[in-house]
Amino acid sequence: MKGIISTAIAIAVGLVVLAGYFIETPLLVNLRRLLLDWAVILAAVALFVGLANLVKVHSARVRDRQKGGFYSVVLVLCLLATLLAGLALRPEHPVMAAVFNAVQFPVEASLMALLTVSLVYASVRLLRRRRNLLSVIFLVTAVIILLGTAPLPFGEIPILGDLLRPFFTQVLAAAGARGILIGVALGSLATGLRILFGADRPYGSR
Amino acid sequence: MNWTTLAGLGLVGLSAGLMLFLAALRRKEPPVFRRIAAFSRLGHAIGRAVEDGSRLHVSLGSGGLTTPQSASALAGLTVLRRLADLTSAGDKPPVASSGDGAVAILSQDMLQVSYQDATAGGFYDATAGRLAGLTPFSYAAGTIPIMRDEHVSANVLIGNFGVEAGLLADTAERKGSFTLSATDNLPAQAVLYAGAQDPLIGEELYAAGAYVNAGPFHAASLAVQDILRWLAILAILAGALLKMVGLL
Repeated sequence: MKGIISTAIAIAVGLVVLAGYFIETPLLVNLRRLLLDWAVILAAVALFVGLANLVKVHSARVRDRQKGGFYSVVLVLCLLATLLAGLALRPEHPVMAAVFNAVQFPVEASLMALLTVSLVYASVRLLRRRRNLLSVIFLVTAVIILLGTAPLPFGEIPILGDLLRPFFTQVLAAAGARGILIGVALGSLATGLRILFGADRPYGSR
Repeated sequence: MNWTTLAGLGLVGLSAGLMLFLAALRRKEPPVFRRIAAFSRLGHAIGRAVEDGSRLHVSLGSGGLTTPQSASALAGLTVLRRLADLTSAGDKPPVASSGDGAVAILSQDMLQVSYQDATAGGFYDATAGRLAGLTPFSYAAGTIPIMRDEHVSANVLIGNFGVEAGLLADTAERKGSFTLSATDNLPAQAVLYAGAQDPLIGEELYAAGAYVNAGPFHAASLAVQDILRWLAILAILAGALLKMVGLL
């Protein structure tokens, strides 16, 4: 019974929001805005539930003395300290901005740097893992774009920098990207319709 | 109602009609799909995970439900449900990680229903569905320990990722675990093509449900996507032709 009710509510809300986009009567538009506002509020509440889940997972790691338990202690303490400071000082306070600029931003930047190394390594392994024409094209294209973009000590390589690279990025890559994006948009439409029909029920209903 | 709104409504109506018709048709005859090697290998990896008592990890990415990337998160949740149904009876139930609070709650819900179905209401561990981090890189940092330390033998990365997905693929490669990856993000697709064992390209993300036998509607929606793609191709060609002869 619970499943039927939740599915009926999901379908009804989905249909009202969809109709609100296409049929611009004040009633439907206002209803759509109200439902979307509720969704945003619920998402914010879900964030707190998610944070509680994060604390629970890492507390269990500490309690069970699992590998990396020390990092979990640091994570939980930092999370609680930042949360309390944010609630007391408000997010726009200079101290909170400093926490973000001095901790979060550099850490994420260092992960990005680490990713560069990972990607170079992955590119080297690519031909060993998948030895096919597409992998060769992928790597050759990457090298052409790299050589055509990088500031080289002897200046731009003729043909590569002024002819091949723009052709690859502005014609081939742009066409491929648009093709993929059209496919993704059609997939999104199909996913939305499956949920509207109640065929997909991503809310745990049987 | 202007003509773009009308065209949008027409597209949704046509897709809905086609999907209902094809779903009814698919109930009578089993669908036949183009072979995608990644899904065949996923089936083997699931079998191995159940047999050797290791764990399946489904990474749902950082996309939220109130963002334009919600469709990829929802597609990921469907795959999670189906994979959880296949592996919940194993020694170690699957684990799901996400970078959005609402998606984390839904993943817990999916895992709970699946686990209770498989074990006749047995004890469900709520930490099997986790919020790993709220920014893309903190999500990657929170997911890496799951892939590395929790006896995971197969990873399914499905949802909205950024380039940080390269770190996840690298971790899986170092652990020697199977990785199937699918995302709606173009830079992440390029990164995963280089780094992941079995990358899916473009809309193959939305085909995952059909390939893991999630129901007739998934097979029908795949056919609808194919029909709409051909219509888009014809529209583009017609537009180019009209432009060439100076009518547009």
